[in-house]
Amino acid sequence: MRQILLIIIKEFKQIFRNRILLPLIFMMPIIQLLILANAATFEIKKIKLAIIDNDKSHISKNFAYKLQSGDYFKIIDYPNSIKDAEKLLETNSIDLYIYIPNNFERNLAKEHTEKIGVVVNAIDGSKAGVSFNYLLNNIASYQSELTKTFGNKINLQIAQSPKIISNDYYFWYNLNQDYKIYVVPGLLVLLITIVGIFLTAINIVREKEIGTIEQINVTPIKKIEFIIGKLLPFWLIGMFELIFGMIVARIVYHIPVLGNPLLIIGFASIYLTLVLGIGLLISTASQNQQQAVFISWFFMLIFVLLSGLFTPIENMPPLVQNITLFNPLKYFIEVIRLVMLKGSTFSDIKLQFFMTTLYSLVINSIAILVYRKSS
Amino acid sequence: MSNNFAIKTIDLTKKFGNFTACDNLTFEVHKGEIFGFLGANGAGKTTAMKMLSGLLSPTSGTAKIADYDIYKESEKIKKNIGYMSQKFSLYDDLTIQENINFFAGIYGLSNKLIKEKSEVVINELDLKKQQNKLVGSLPLGWKQKLAFSIAIFHNPAIVFLDEPTGGVDPVTRRQFWDLIYQSAERGLTVFLTTHYMDESEYCNRIAIMANGKLAAIGTPKELKESNSSSSMNDVFIQIARGKNYV
Repeated sequence: MRQILLIIIKEFKQIFRNRILLPLIFMMPIIQLLILANAATFEIKKIKLAIIDNDKSHISKNFAYKLQSGDYFKIIDYPNSIKDAEKLLETNSIDLYIYIPNNFERNLAKEHTEKIGVVVNAIDGSKAGVSFNYLLNNIASYQSELTKTFGNKINLQIAQSPKIISNDYYFWYNLNQDYKIYVVPGLLVLLITIVGIFLTAINIVREKEIGTIEQINVTPIKKIEFIIGKLLPFWLIGMFELIFGMIVARIVYHIPVLGNPLLIIGFASIYLTLVLGIGLLISTASQNQQQAVFISWFFMLIFVLLSGLFTPIENMPPLVQNITLFNPLKYFIEVIRLVMLKGSTFSDIKLQFFMTTLYSLVINSIAILVYRKSS
Repeated sequence: MSNNFAIKTIDLTKKFGNFTACDNLTFEVHKGEIFGFLGANGAGKTTAMKMLSGLLSPTSGTAKIADYDIYKESEKIKKNIGYMSQKFSLYDDLTIQENINFFAGIYGLSNKLIKEKSEVVINELDLKKQQNKLVGSLPLGWKQKLAFSIAIFHNPAIVFLDEPTGGVDPVTRRQFWDLIYQSAERGLTVFLTTHYMDESEYCNRIAIMANGKLAAIGTPKELKESNSSSSMNDVFIQIARGKNYV
């Protein structure tokens, strides 16, 4: 026990004296949460819009007004012709334009049906898709408003679009579709994974690189004591960062924690043993800090892209979905979102608990075996 | 086996795949002796030393270190040896006192003993002013003297020094050897490798390795006589070339 304690004391002294590591440990969470949470958004606001209003009626003006009243659309111009509108589109001044035909108001009143034209700039495909969907939403809600005004069922359609896609979306657990609420818990997981893998791998391999590992190996310290003494400080730092991050998320972004925060902390305590094991395994495979960083980076990239943090796992091809079963990040992101946003209890996340515990046992056994053999 | 030996090996061999780094080494080192281990680069000195200090396990053969069996009692061996490698092996980002506290603590010395003894050692090395400075800020020669003192801090029976004076200036090297002599007088067995031939003359006995084999062993005087040379330099060049094995 004294041996382990001596190593832990030594590690903390070295970490707090490291001019690169220390700022990284304490600046990283703040930067990730304050900057990335704002950058990593799927939300599109202020879509630039032009309207060719050939009707210039009360209804058509009201329609434009309604579009602009939300945060999503900003009307840039009212061009007179399609040619002018195309020019705006080509110069990137607008993202889309709407064509409102003559007799818009009259047709709606008499025939209860009318078509409008929509042209979307699809250079950025995902933005175009989102913009179009927002527009459909707006049209649909305007349609029901018109139905009330005229007292008849009104059918407002987009020309050349076979049907209006049903827009009865209702978002559970994140009612306002606030992406920060969705992204921030994932970022917290990313944060402690970086601490776990990168810092651990670098720290252990550093002793190999500067040669002190030989000095340690001739002392009576057992390898398992050395490993525990090396890993425990980063486990503590990881737990600290998570709790610190959760407090920042609460204060800055008002992210609700519907479930029991202790459940997240409990899960993190197991999850961290897993990522520390991965860090240890990487350190045994590398000879110096550079190699450790490259290998860590390689795995980190795969873990992040296949984690469901930015892209839903359900949208991936079946083969890739199976690969994500080996991604530790995936389980924690699921857990933290379930507990924070949905208020899930332990029985809902049993599977993730089980998988992570099992995974940690396997990885750590391998890491310790390889470590014993390699040095 | 006599109790007068600090190290006794019989046919100690280490193979890496097809390459035999140490080939049937059989020799003894007496207690309290300063034993020099010489050889060209790649002759197998460091491998031999790593086996003796428990960093590598031998492929075959036996060895007793401080009367403990190299296979069965490696934990006891570790408690009774000190080791200092050619690579500087203290923590640059810890202070002198912290390095002492860490390594002495690992060997199980009580805090009280560490405190008392470190005061003596720091005074001996004349490092009182630097006591709370980071080790990284010390000149190399001072670092090596400190590393030696820390390697023998826990009173081991044997200390292994792997090219301890590499890159150190002549004056500091002289001081380093004073430290070695002082320790040997107190009964410490010193087992060291070196490339400096003048240093080899300071040793009680020398072994020279060539191509993984023990090519010669004896006092510096004996080796010079049997090779009819006037200097250790000539002896070394003749033997290390691998012409005449014992």
